[in-house]
Amino acid sequence: MFVKTTSRLAIIAAAGVMVAAPAFAQSRTNIQIAGSSTVLPFASIVAEEFGQMFPEFETPVVASGGSSGGLRQFCAGVGPETIDIANASRAIRSSEIEACAAAGVSDIREIRIGYDGIVFASAAEGPEFVLEPQFVYQAIAANLPEGTEAPTLWSDIDPSLPEQPIMMAIPASNHGTREVFEEKVIFPGCEAVMGEDTDHEVCGELRQDNVIEIAGDYTETLARLSSDANTVGVFGLSFYEQNTDTLRVATMSGVTPSLETVASGEYPVSRPLFFYVKGEHIGVIPGIEEYVQFFLSDAMAGAGGRLEEAGMIPAPAEETAEVLENFMNGVTVSQ
Amino acid sequence: MTEILETEAEANTRRRAQVRNSLSRRNRAEQRFKLLGLGSVLAAMAFVAVLFGNILTNGLPAFWQYNVDAEVYFDPEVINVPDVPVHQAGQSEADFQAEMLGWQRRLAMVNWNRILVASVEGALAEAGADTEIDARSAQSIIDSGARFVLRDMVLADPAIIGERREMQLLLSADGDNWAKGKLSRDLPDDRQQLSRPARDAIDRLEEAGIVHRAFAWHIFTNVDSRSSPASAGLAGAFVGSFYMMLVVILLAVPIGVSSAIYLEEFAPKNPFTDLIEVNINNLAAVPSIVFGLLGAAVFINIFHLPLSAPVVGGLVLTLMTLPTVIIATRSALRAVPPSLRQAALGIGASKTQMVFHHVLPVTYPGILTASILGVAQALGETAPLLLIGMNAFVANVPATPMDQSAALPVQIYLWQGNENRNFFEERTFAAIIVLLALMIVLNALAIWLRGRLERKA
Repeated sequence: MFVKTTSRLAIIAAAGVMVAAPAFAQSRTNIQIAGSSTVLPFASIVAEEFGQMFPEFETPVVASGGSSGGLRQFCAGVGPETIDIANASRAIRSSEIEACAAAGVSDIREIRIGYDGIVFASAAEGPEFVLEPQFVYQAIAANLPEGTEAPTLWSDIDPSLPEQPIMMAIPASNHGTREVFEEKVIFPGCEAVMGEDTDHEVCGELRQDNVIEIAGDYTETLARLSSDANTVGVFGLSFYEQNTDTLRVATMSGVTPSLETVASGEYPVSRPLFFYVKGEHIGVIPGIEEYVQFFLSDAMAGAGGRLEEAGMIPAPAEETAEVLENFMNGVTVSQ
Repeated sequence: MTEILETEAEANTRRRAQVRNSLSRRNRAEQRFKLLGLGSVLAAMAFVAVLFGNILTNGLPAFWQYNVDAEVYFDPEVINVPDVPVHQAGQSEADFQAEMLGWQRRLAMVNWNRILVASVEGALAEAGADTEIDARSAQSIIDSGARFVLRDMVLADPAIIGERREMQLLLSADGDNWAKGKLSRDLPDDRQQLSRPARDAIDRLEEAGIVHRAFAWHIFTNVDSRSSPASAGLAGAFVGSFYMMLVVILLAVPIGVSSAIYLEEFAPKNPFTDLIEVNINNLAAVPSIVFGLLGAAVFINIFHLPLSAPVVGGLVLTLMTLPTVIIATRSALRAVPPSLRQAALGIGASKTQMVFHHVLPVTYPGILTASILGVAQALGETAPLLLIGMNAFVANVPATPMDQSAALPVQIYLWQGNENRNFFEERTFAAIIVLLALMIVLNALAIWLRGRLERKA
């Protein structure tokens, strides 16, 4: 009995070790993607369709982590344990290119997939907001011209705005959206209020009492709005488009955000979306080239494709063709 | 004498009065405590009832989704593919595989949407509706995953091309939202998710009984999907969680039980074993997210195990479950009366014989319960899994524990973050119901096994 029991234990323990053992020499047969939560829905759709369309390749795995988090993983080095593609809702920074180069990643190919608008939205039952960059700046900036009192109600800024306490939910700095928010709204607003040559560091300082920084995704922002109806949240256009029944969108500089106004450039707060491919992995991890081609095909990123349905604004066809050509010719990003 | 008697009688009455007074006071105190206890129990029950009521009312509707009964015509003009390649004599296996892949690709590229649109139009004609529907609206009603269902049908039996089949097509997520009335019918067109013709078509078809609810089995059989959200399911997460639990059971139970037996029965009592004991107790109190950080640092960065694989999740959860198993096993061993040990030793059994033949069998119920409860706790753990990358979007059922995968609690987290709130809020609660049901089953199993083994012992 004793022998039996211990040998049984030993077998179970050995089986457990065996489960763990083959992992040490692991190579990968599927594409590994991480990064921006704005690009994630689009990349996931393409990954899934790719798996269905190409029976010879496995379905790519898409993780989130924000643009910066994704690029940090991307620049960790070359090899099957590092990711192949980083999604980003902003362009790669030169500091990141340096970090990549230091880890041996020098063949970074930039794929611009389309555009995304950033919208300001409040609860559907609440009043309408007609915003300008300077209104947003005045509402939440820590530094205002001397002698100006910090507003507590939107109507303190401009009588056209509703008489409602100021409360804004904006993306935290781990999101690429934050950078676009600052560049397209805060800085222009700051220049209009504080003068042309104000230091961007001064402009970027925000109030603590009426700004909530959201580190999670847009559902967290939405939850803020439903718990405090006075909150104005910053969302991606694609998120807003899927929740038009609960959200009321604000106009910016007189333009209502929509697929059309962002595509035409009328709506000012928009940004290109990217993903970055690790050239060193092409030919090692199967399917990377096909994935890029499939992503940029008309059926996906093109006008009327699956991604437009999901809320991405397609780039003009010539632009996409050029991006694909650059990728195929092995053009890498330069600092 | 009488004086003394009198005073004694007086004293007795006084004492009795005193007792009587204090008795009612003590009774009142007892009454108060009983009420307080009952109140707390009722409050706890009320919390549980509210929680479960909330989860069930929110989640149960997700298990029934709307479908269209439609006749699908596998139009050979649309499915314009050559005949299935056959393995010719003299053709190498590799060539045949390449030809087959090419054929499958052609089949995948077929414009399946045209077939779906035709089916919707056919269903509308059957309903006697006079409404015209544009192709885009018709397409937006049906879940886009139906394309692959049709493709797979042709793949399984190419002879189906040119035939008509009665099929149940799943409504798209937006269509389901509309049919379930989640979006107010008073909202203007620009705030609706579906176009007016699409909404009218669903209403017409529902009146005619062609659009109806059916149990959504695909929640259990499909993997997660972002491309066709209406057909998203839990299969991948379920299998991922299963593999993790397998790793936990295979590692935590044998290691935990053997270390507990050694520490309790064989190890000498000295400062060193005391230190080990203190550390095990401390480990049991370490927040699970710390184990996640450890897992990311050790298993992924040093041992280069794959990201988001159930094997890593299982290893991390093993570390978390080990102290629980050790502590529970030790207390089960300690509860065995010393007379049993003495009797065994007295008739000449060795120490190992005493432990494995006499002490351990008595503790099986305790060890088993502790193991199952530890596994159940590990099953619901989320935080450490997020840190080892298990929150990735994986559209496959993992074939082995080494493959990337989701897990049930992480799937809840992912669905909670999906953009289509109207559809996925319900789905999130449905996933919670599945996870809770699994927990209840595991706990019930623990109770049943304990009862059985205790009776035997």
